[in-house]
Amino acid sequence: MSVAFVIRFILIQNRAGKTRLAKWYMQFDDDEKQKLIEEVHAVVTVRDAKHTNFVEFRNFKIIYRRYAGLYFCICVDVTDNNLAYLEGIHNFVEVLNEYFHNVCELDLVFNFYKVYTVVDEMFLAGEIRETSQTKVLKQLLMLQSLE
Amino acid sequence: MPAVSKGDGMRGLAVFISDIRNCKSKEAEIKRINKELANIRSKFKGDKALDGYSKKKYVCKLLFIFLLGHDIDFGHMEAVNLLSSNKYTEKQIGYLFISVLVNSNSDLIRLINNGIKNDLASRNPTFMNLALHCIANVGSREMAEAFASEIPRVLVAGDTMDSVKQSAALCLLRLNRTSPDLVPMGEWTTRVVHLLNDQHLIVTSASIDLQDYTYYFVAAPWLSVKLLRLLQCYPPPEDAALRSRLTECLETILNKAQEPPKSKKVQHSNAKNAVLFEAIALIIHHDSEPTLLVRACNQLGQFLQHRETNLRYLALESMCTLASSEFSHEAVKTHMETVINALKVSLAQFGSRDVSVRQRAVDLLYAMCDRSNAKQIVAEMLSYLETADYSIREEIVLKVAILAEKYAVDYTWYVDTILNLIRIAGDYVSEEVWYRVIQIVINRDDVQGYAAKTVFEALQAPACHENLVKVGGYILGEFGNLIAGDSRSSPLVQFNLLHSKFHLCSVPTRALLLSAYIKFINLFPEVKATIQDVLRSDSQLRNADVELQQRAVEYLRLSCIASTDILATVLEEMPPFPERESSILAKLKKKKGPGKLPDMDDSRRSVNGSTDSTHSFTDVLNLNPAPSSGANLLIDVFSESSAPAAATDVSEENFPRFVCKNNGVIYENQLLQIGLKSEYRQNLGRMYVFYGNKTSTQFLSFSSSVSSSDLNVHSKAVDPVIEGGAQMQQILNIECVSDFSDAPVLNIQFRYGGALQNIAVKLPVMLNKFFQPTEMMSQDFFQRWKQLGAPQQEVQKIFKAKHPMDTEVAKAKILGFGVALLDGVDPNPANFVGAGVVHTKTTQVGCLLRLEPNMQAQTPNGNAAPPATDPSFPFGAGLPGSHLGICSRCRGEQGDGFVGLKGTWPKSHELKVAFDLASFLPPDGRVCERLLLRT
Repeated sequence: MSVAFVIRFILIQNRAGKTRLAKWYMQFDDDEKQKLIEEVHAVVTVRDAKHTNFVEFRNFKIIYRRYAGLYFCICVDVTDNNLAYLEGIHNFVEVLNEYFHNVCELDLVFNFYKVYTVVDEMFLAGEIRETSQTKVLKQLLMLQSLE
Repeated sequence: MPAVSKGDGMRGLAVFISDIRNCKSKEAEIKRINKELANIRSKFKGDKALDGYSKKKYVCKLLFIFLLGHDIDFGHMEAVNLLSSNKYTEKQIGYLFISVLVNSNSDLIRLINNGIKNDLASRNPTFMNLALHCIANVGSREMAEAFASEIPRVLVAGDTMDSVKQSAALCLLRLNRTSPDLVPMGEWTTRVVHLLNDQHLIVTSASIDLQDYTYYFVAAPWLSVKLLRLLQCYPPPEDAALRSRLTECLETILNKAQEPPKSKKVQHSNAKNAVLFEAIALIIHHDSEPTLLVRACNQLGQFLQHRETNLRYLALESMCTLASSEFSHEAVKTHMETVINALKVSLAQFGSRDVSVRQRAVDLLYAMCDRSNAKQIVAEMLSYLETADYSIREEIVLKVAILAEKYAVDYTWYVDTILNLIRIAGDYVSEEVWYRVIQIVINRDDVQGYAAKTVFEALQAPACHENLVKVGGYILGEFGNLIAGDSRSSPLVQFNLLHSKFHLCSVPTRALLLSAYIKFINLFPEVKATIQDVLRSDSQLRNADVELQQRAVEYLRLSCIASTDILATVLEEMPPFPERESSILAKLKKKKGPGKLPDMDDSRRSVNGSTDSTHSFTDVLNLNPAPSSGANLLIDVFSESSAPAAATDVSEENFPRFVCKNNGVIYENQLLQIGLKSEYRQNLGRMYVFYGNKTSTQFLSFSSSVSSSDLNVHSKAVDPVIEGGAQMQQILNIECVSDFSDAPVLNIQFRYGGALQNIAVKLPVMLNKFFQPTEMMSQDFFQRWKQLGAPQQEVQKIFKAKHPMDTEVAKAKILGFGVALLDGVDPNPANFVGAGVVHTKTTQVGCLLRLEPNMQAQTPNGNAAPPATDPSFPFGAGLPGSHLGICSRCRGEQGDGFVGLKGTWPKSHELKVAFDLASFLPPDGRVCERLLLRT
């Protein structure tokens, strides 16, 4: 079984299809990235709350969860553990929520460069790096205090 | 403004972002951006040196503009400069810019690497982490070259902080994946594994820390998942103590699923079930503990009825893989009603929107289908088909067609099922499906009358699908005579019925109907005049379509000038179709990709000794017209789906499996799977090689060549690129010039993620592939056997078989070996004899074979069983003009199996043939205690 390249990319998009974060763990050229962004948006936004949080996508699958107007999507291998990534998303959102004190879409817009830091603390090289909210937040606060 | 951004500056950035957000139109936005770009450009070009803060701010603005989707062609140098800043916030923006706007700008890469190098050496954990994250994010080859040796040192250094170690480990992983040749894991593995023991990269062993990793009352769910997944890279532990500890762990996880939840939050149950599903995946992977498998199955059964769609979906998915385990297949079947129910419930609940759950339910029904429940499952799928989503209809049609064929006991059911398919979902019935029903009807005379009657009845419907007209036209044209005795379906009635559909049909169907009409003229002279009138009409003879016009003209002339005898010969009933693999199955495989097919292999059941299914279904799919000849095609139809489980990294390992079969997986590693399909006729062979890219990354510069010392092998050129997840086919044409002993070698080369891969695989082309089976009467056999008496004309071998005797399997093996199995030739009915001719370009060599099972040899007391050889059996025989034969001489020998070869060929070579067969039969073949084989 393959354990390589677990996460292919992470996308945060709003309902209108605006990308709020795109993190790629595989080499794609810019056109390909744009195509992926559009396809994911098309696939995810047509689904409603009664649907599963998983969608087959090309040779992969998207695990996604919607928070207000934002879709958090993680693209992984078809054999990967759906629920682990689904909760991985939620864990990430809880950290964002704590870090930005009741996070909203605008926080992600104005602080886009900080969101990248949060992602790198929790996901790195396509793997889940750190899952302890306590540890991540402690580290983020430490970084926040630096100039 | 968001809380966190207060007080940390870059007011200019916030203003700019606000401006952009306030733009009313795309044009306004572009205008604002261009203004900003001009401003930044002038700042960067200005005489005044910018301070770190301004540089950071402008670089950050450029990044924002880039993320909006605009090209950025400057600012890279300023970003690189930020790397050497002492301030974290400035460094961070520099690294972020580089990570996001990565390009292989060679001027800068040296500078970037220099900045990273400095930070790695800084001993400042924050800076080290920034540098490591940048390498992990970019993961380029240049970075691998620069830091492949540095990062492992950071990872194992005693004074490195845990968080840096985390980053270093993942960084190394990324480089190993992108450039495995530069970052070989081998040398560091031991030390990295040591880290696992010592202090967890993810969870430090201190129990106080575990608290941090508890997520909604579930202890370290992600770590548990990861570890359970890691275990799936290995076979079950051999050490009994270890094994029972693991079983205990898995039982604990299963037990926990039954405990009342500690929280009502979905996060709690998701985290818990994430671990549970991974544990079940491990149980299925091991596939060795029946108790665990059955428990897993029952747990999944509970989930099937869960109100959460996610759980139902995942349970269906897991159960699909569970259904192919021999231990749990029966257990899975007990949940059939639930699955069917899930299908209906999900249909009622969501209308036609979420297909995925129903798709999984159909997959599972397909996977759990066997002879015992086929009728019910096919009926359920048919009834579901009436309301099924358009997107999955074609696939359901294919699945129903395959199941109906595979498990047909009486073919009337099969015919009914396919006609139902056409009735319910005619548009989704592909050519493969309706061709198939015709092939089967033609090849099985017991169903022809029924098929004719049934299509006749189906055609009575005022509106029927064109596919039905095609099937009806073909079948009535061939077998209409079988129902013509009934006045309700007299020849004229049949003709009028078909012709009433003619005008509604497309050109290809009309062409088919015209052929049916001329067949009618042969079958039923009494309707000749009527049909000739139809053919003669202007709408036919002057039809605008060339094909139709030509058929009408030719058929009309044929019917006028040919004598009854000539007509009867020209329009004779179609001969049986020869075929190797169901084209429907091939289509489904193509549709679903090689990996997604549920296990279609029945071999696990024949392993268990019940022969009920193996025989008839392979028969059906191969459509062997006469079971006694050409039956060398048996057994291997489904081997392709069964082989992957047994495939290994050793390129010769699978070679012996191909002695008696032609299809399957010859090689598999992490990246690549190579499947083979081959066919041989006389001294020629054609081999289809399928290269499957198991990764999601392209294989580049792909090339392959075949080296062979004895055979002529011509390979067609292949595309140099194999897309991720894709399969590519290559055709090899093989000619056997003279006898040979060395098999050809397939050499493959390609580039994966920058690393060059070399693979060499021994191709299973043995001499016995060039056998043509030969039928022979008892007397001839003995006579020829007797003629071959010289000592060099025989080779024999005795060996111990490892599996109990199974007549059908042994027969299949011998047929697969390539010779004809001669029934009623040997006076002892327990023995098998066979004959065939090996074809090479220069010569043909006849071979005789005899196999003697010796059941007594199984007796445990160790007494040498009396030889099974019938003393009256005449030894020594051969085909006239040939010089190879095999003789049985097992009298008094101590072994349990025996092979003998005779001939004037080089001895070594003959031994090889015998050896290949002999060494192959026991491990794979469950053959017999005493095997005698003479070729």
